Amino acid sequence: MSNWDRFLDSFFNARVAWEYLPRIVDGFWLTILLALCIIASGLAAGLGLAVARSLGLRPLNWLIVFLVDLFRALPPLVIIALLYFGLPAAGLSLSGFAATWLSLSLVLMAFAEEIIWAGITATPRGQWEAARSTGLSFLQTLGWVVLPQALRMVIPPLTNRTIAITKGTALGSVVAVSEILGAAQAGVSFSFNPTPLTLGALAYVVLFVPVVILGRWIETRFAWKR
Amino acid sequence: MSLAAPRPGADTGAARPIVEARAIHKHFGPLHVLKGVDLAVAERELVFIIGPSGSGKSTLLRCLNRLEEPSSGSVTVEGIDLLDRRTDLNAARQRIGMVFQSFNLYPHMTALGNVALALRKVQGKGRAEAEARARAALARVHLEDRAGHHPGQLSGGQQQRVAIARAIALEPRVMLFDEPTSALDPELVGGVLQVMRELREDGMTMVVVSHEMGFARAAADRVVFMADGRIVEQGPPAEIFGAPREERTRAFIGQVERH
Repeated sequence: MSNWDRFLDSFFNARVAWEYLPRIVDGFWLTILLALCIIASGLAAGLGLAVARSLGLRPLNWLIVFLVDLFRALPPLVIIALLYFGLPAAGLSLSGFAATWLSLSLVLMAFAEEIIWAGITATPRGQWEAARSTGLSFLQTLGWVVLPQALRMVIPPLTNRTIAITKGTALGSVVAVSEILGAAQAGVSFSFNPTPLTLGALAYVVLFVPVVILGRWIETRFAWKR
Repeated sequence: MSLAAPRPGADTGAARPIVEARAIHKHFGPLHVLKGVDLAVAERELVFIIGPSGSGKSTLLRCLNRLEEPSSGSVTVEGIDLLDRRTDLNAARQRIGMVFQSFNLYPHMTALGNVALALRKVQGKGRAEAEARARAALARVHLEDRAGHHPGQLSGGQQQRVAIARAIALEPRVMLFDEPTSALDPELVGGVLQVMRELREDGMTMVVVSHEMGFARAAADRVVFMADGRIVEQGPPAEIFGAPREERTRAFIGQVERH
């Protein structure tokens, strides 16, 4: 067997691919589910924190900045491990899925808060003044005037960060979540052949290329007419 | 009727003032920007505030709807104490329209959306009624055919007229203009001044901070000259521009007239 044949047999073994494809497909759907959960809760929490921060209550803002800096500083894998392996010692055990969801949501929350907050502070003060001078309340101004502009401004960094953190779902494989990477690694262990990893990589491409394109589309869709 | 002719209700002091500011002081950190300013504006009166930059005229105007919080003093609008904590400021602000130097239109909304927003969210009108009123307000500034345009698609003068429509749609009792033409190219100033002239003919009470001295001469009932955080001198335009009593007023008028 030549080296080339050995390479093909290792990474593109049709028999192994066929055998483990169903598990990778299951992992694919699980990754999508996990990613959607993370995006929904992470962005919602980030938006909530940014809105809370705009109220300008100093002790609350200290708390928000502390939380945000903490979850931006910690490696996501450390948070996952802490929640999954550490919490049971405190009498509370999370499934691998829940631990991954919660951890990556907290990380996305932290980054999303910073990005949205940047957008809020970048919105000209005159927008606030004009809206308030017509009698709109603080929250009405935030919701109808400032946030629509702030969010449009930050769509590019927000999509980038969302994609980067969503790819962190692969970290779930460490805590026995059989998402794409977990399923692929299990396949490798059972078949003694790395072909399932090739399938996994393909699955990530199939999943994330459309997400990247969607991000680009959102950026153009929400640019306002000039 | 000449715009300069005094009209009923325009004589200061006789009618109950719509806006009354008393002993306004404003500090920005160590800066003492307003040093005890009194200003009463009667119904249908057009008061024009002039003065060198840094004299506190914009700050005074912004105190009149509490965009700026006076450090001390009192501001009442139609008898409502704006500085009282119990006052519903958002309700009171609908009586006080404001137009800004930089227009401050909402870029993500059409002209119609800009004008209709407060009608819907503050006054609680339904979409149809709010839009009908918004269209009527746009017609008053001669922009009914631009209702569907976004601010970025309008010229500066058109944007400023939409901003005026946004304010008058709420049917305010007084309009505050903060250098409304200073950010405009010279050829666009006329359209905005024309709209202001028409508002005045309709009897709108107005307080204008501006350097448009020609407009002040022609349209103002009273010109207030401010310098260094105080009102130095005030009176009818003919008096302030023609025969100022104070040396500082003379110097300022002389400087701007030379341009």
